[in-house]
Amino acid sequence: MATATAEPRSAAAVAPDGHKHKKNALSDGQGRLAWILLAPTLLVILVVAGIPVIMSIRESFFQTNDGVDPVTGMVAGGEKFVGLGNFTAIFAGQNPVTGSWGTIDRFWNAFWNTTAITVVCIILETILGVAMALIMAKAFKGRGIVRAGILVPWAIPTIVSALMWKLIFDADGIMNRVLGNQVLWLADTGASFWAIVIADTWKTAPFIGLLTLAGLQTIPAEVYEAAKVDGATTWQQFVRITLPLVRPTLVVAVLFRTLDTLRMFDLPYGMIGAGKYRVETLSIFSYLEATQTRYGPAAAYAIVLFIYVLLVAFVFVKLLGADVIGDTGMPKKKKGKKKAGDAAAPGLEMVGGAH
Amino acid sequence: MRFVRSGRRAAVAAVSLSALLLAAACGSSSSGTGSGTGSSAPAVDFTKQGDIELWNGKDVSGNLPKLIAQFNSQHPNGQVKFHELPDSADQQRQQMIQNTQIKNPAMGVISMDVVWTSEFAAKGYVVPLPTDQFPTTGFLQSAVAGATYFNKLYAYPSTSDGGLLYYRKDLLDKYNLKPPTTFDEMKAACDTIRKGENDSKLGCFAGQYNKYEGLTVNFDEAVHSAGGVTVGDDGKPNVATPEAAKGLQTLADWFKNGDIPKAAITWQEENGRQAFEAGQLIFHRNWGYVYNLAQTDKASVVKGKFDVAPLPGITGPGVSSLGGHNFAIAANAENKGTAVDFLKFMSSEEVQKSNTLATSASPTLEKLYTDSDLVKKFPFMPTQLKSIQGAVPRPKAVEYGDVTLAIQDAAYGALQAGANGQTADATAALQGLQTKLQTLIK
Amino acid sequence: MATTTTPPTEHSHLSSAEVAELAREKRSPKALVGMIASYVGMALIVLYCIIPFYWMIVSSLRDPSQGRSTQFIPDPVSIANFKGVFSGQNNFGRSLINSLIVSGATTILTLLFGIVAAYALARLTFKGKGLVLWVIMACSMFPVIILIPPLLKMFSSTEPFQWFPRWVDTYQAVIVPYLSFGLPLAVWNLTAFFKQLPVELEQAAMVDGCTPGVAFRKVILPLAAPGVFTTAIIVFIGAWNEYLIALTFLQAADRQTATVAISKFTGTTGFDTPYGTIMAAGVIVTVPLLVAVLLFQRRIVAGLTAGGVK
Repeated sequence: MATATAEPRSAAAVAPDGHKHKKNALSDGQGRLAWILLAPTLLVILVVAGIPVIMSIRESFFQTNDGVDPVTGMVAGGEKFVGLGNFTAIFAGQNPVTGSWGTIDRFWNAFWNTTAITVVCIILETILGVAMALIMAKAFKGRGIVRAGILVPWAIPTIVSALMWKLIFDADGIMNRVLGNQVLWLADTGASFWAIVIADTWKTAPFIGLLTLAGLQTIPAEVYEAAKVDGATTWQQFVRITLPLVRPTLVVAVLFRTLDTLRMFDLPYGMIGAGKYRVETLSIFSYLEATQTRYGPAAAYAIVLFIYVLLVAFVFVKLLGADVIGDTGMPKKKKGKKKAGDAAAPGLEMVGGAH
Repeated sequence: MRFVRSGRRAAVAAVSLSALLLAAACGSSSSGTGSGTGSSAPAVDFTKQGDIELWNGKDVSGNLPKLIAQFNSQHPNGQVKFHELPDSADQQRQQMIQNTQIKNPAMGVISMDVVWTSEFAAKGYVVPLPTDQFPTTGFLQSAVAGATYFNKLYAYPSTSDGGLLYYRKDLLDKYNLKPPTTFDEMKAACDTIRKGENDSKLGCFAGQYNKYEGLTVNFDEAVHSAGGVTVGDDGKPNVATPEAAKGLQTLADWFKNGDIPKAAITWQEENGRQAFEAGQLIFHRNWGYVYNLAQTDKASVVKGKFDVAPLPGITGPGVSSLGGHNFAIAANAENKGTAVDFLKFMSSEEVQKSNTLATSASPTLEKLYTDSDLVKKFPFMPTQLKSIQGAVPRPKAVEYGDVTLAIQDAAYGALQAGANGQTADATAALQGLQTKLQTLIK
Repeated sequence: MATTTTPPTEHSHLSSAEVAELAREKRSPKALVGMIASYVGMALIVLYCIIPFYWMIVSSLRDPSQGRSTQFIPDPVSIANFKGVFSGQNNFGRSLINSLIVSGATTILTLLFGIVAAYALARLTFKGKGLVLWVIMACSMFPVIILIPPLLKMFSSTEPFQWFPRWVDTYQAVIVPYLSFGLPLAVWNLTAFFKQLPVELEQAAMVDGCTPGVAFRKVILPLAAPGVFTTAIIVFIGAWNEYLIALTFLQAADRQTATVAISKFTGTTGFDTPYGTIMAAGVIVTVPLLVAVLLFQRRIVAGLTAGGVK
């Protein structure tokens, strides 16, 4: 069995198209079985996400009546249908604020903040996370402790870690004491942006590290050993074996981090505060609109964010070919698979060569 | 091929289900989301007794649970249960609004910040109190005004608050100085003391200048004590005046000159209190709660070395913004009779006194400020009374959240410029604010 | 190429042993450098992760009145903050139990639902697979804070959800939403893992007389253990740390979770954020998690090797 884990996987990678027919031959009625197996997941998603999303979409076409009766002072209440009014308002630029992008509409300010935070954080987190995984996969003694150790940032509840970073980045806090300079991290300055990047990277690089490590652990050691025998350098091993074989897991990890970071809310909100335009994300803006009981615009912003996230995810999968999607009939997928196959092939040859 | 057919059946089922959902979701439009109870308020039943919940942030002194127990023992036909809310005021407000929208009948009495009064009243989250049962004689006028909207009382005042000037009595005495009544006097005092003490860490003055509700408080105080207003007596915004600009400009210039420490741009109440207690400030604007802590805190180096005075003014007399929390009856409360009884209980003289002794929160009954027990424990009470009596409310607005954010946008920008060593353009900032307020307050 | 699908078990067994031997001989001088480098690397990672946490611990051990002190070692060391966390009013012990129930149930259900769904997606052929994967992922694309008001209406059976059972103040009111946060990652991640493992393994087992289900459970699941375990950790921590949903749907004092309890900590006054107590609570909710992970992963790693050798 020990060897079986290594050999057929390479074989599978080399001949990906061989499976389908065999699987079909093995079992009938797969469609029904598949839907039964998927039912619990889909049911949960329908109840918890489906219904609220449908309600939000409906809400986005309405506005709360906020006129105040001049005699009684009472607000009429109820809602009026405004069609696409909440969406077109995004482009009207009626609400300029001053942040890192000059004086622009608050929605777009939040949009660019969200994008900038995501791009910077994801790049840093991926590099750090992969480095962590590689080091942990190498070392044998003490790996357990390191693995528990890197869980520390991830395990601390955000409502606590946001306050922890608030303490660290305080004007008279430890960070400034170490730097020997009074940087106003929490004062809605350019430094606030970096404070968020530092805190978020710290918290979530372990997430990528952990998932990547799990992916690395399924790569059979034989492949590396064979490569070493063949005289491959560490870098060559990394680029030609590790990266291709760990890619599906890594892509999923990075993809989900991207989706999460695009929706970032509690860290800037808890650490820097509301109304700080240099770190206000779309989620925060949408939330603040909802707390002002403007549910229509809040829902519209959330939907735009949703579409944005969907587009990013789509491009992401298209470009990096998250092999997970598998046989969906998308032509790109097959290409991705072939690449993985090609990449795994040298490993196989090398194993063969060792005979 | 069986699975194809069943797949299609599942798809049909899914489609019809989502259609059902859509219908359900859209069904709500006809009945409205029902936050406002309408202008012609139907007769409210203020007699029904039964159990209610008190929605309030946690009370550390442990006094509130005691008071509730006391009420419950006297009131067998309707018991009060303490429903604790998060520490953050924003989240308290959010929870109250959400539970109004789902018509939670258990939410009986809510603790309402004075600045929420207009919004909660106008949107029908709370009900006006029956005037015959809630007399306001003996209460501080400003506190009653803070609980009133369109001539109706929506909450029974329970605690109030005003800003005070904490000063280092030891240092002022050393240089034969009197507590300042104006910013100019304060600056002169600082110059003398800082020259004499030769201590680079000793800051002159600070209030609360982070971008949050405290900034609105401090901005409003600066504007009023320079003879300006944010919103005039007629309820119309009138902030683009030279007086108001003078108020904001003074704060920004103090930042620029370093009389207000640069770090104060990130300060809320607690940061300032700790700086004052650590002996890093000569003067400090804060609320009444600091007095007791600065006298008793282990870390305080200013025990017995400080005193309080009314806030100094910029060109006119000093003015405080009004703070405080009042108890109100939630619109959907099922047992409003018990709620009425509880409100009366909480604002009674005896309960207010016990509450002030336990928490140092300022009472709303005027005569308690001369109560010998209270004055003995809190010698600043007479000063606090003056502060609250002269206090001005922050702008009253239904969309207060928008108003306060607009104020903070304008003020924070100017103060940030000052903290960066630049000269702020307060006039331009306030012109922008005026435009914005005109669209928000109509 | 097609011929390689039959595993040449005997051969490769020999070859891998040979390879290992050869490599060991060649490596020894270099190995030391590599080992030192990886230990330095590990030390750096641990430092990176631990230093801010150290600050949290230090802050929790200060006297409550020194909330913002910047001393590297608290002076005096005080456990007053930890006592404060468990002071009667906070009900913190109870909230830890609630967190455990909620996160535990979420993790188990997510794995259960996720594994079967991922099995279907990785192994079965059916129409609409891509769409299903996208629909599941789309769950992770909508800002959570916007889902809360409609969910609250639903769980409190207010219109238009009178047909829905009243869930406010029940554990399922948070477990079910948490499932929807955990499932997308679980399904995607496990699908990726299952797909990586060759289908021939199951086929071999099925030839031996196992049903597809048994073959999957006995062969694939143990091999995918690192992925399953990692997913479990991530889902558990996600549920353990969630705040807004728990705050909104678990209103009764005896139902609140640890994060909600923490948010209700107050200082000596309403203005005071009790940093010390919150940091202490943070340490209290984090450390058991790490200990559990440490204990668990030994087992998992052990189980893994056992499965592999067999």
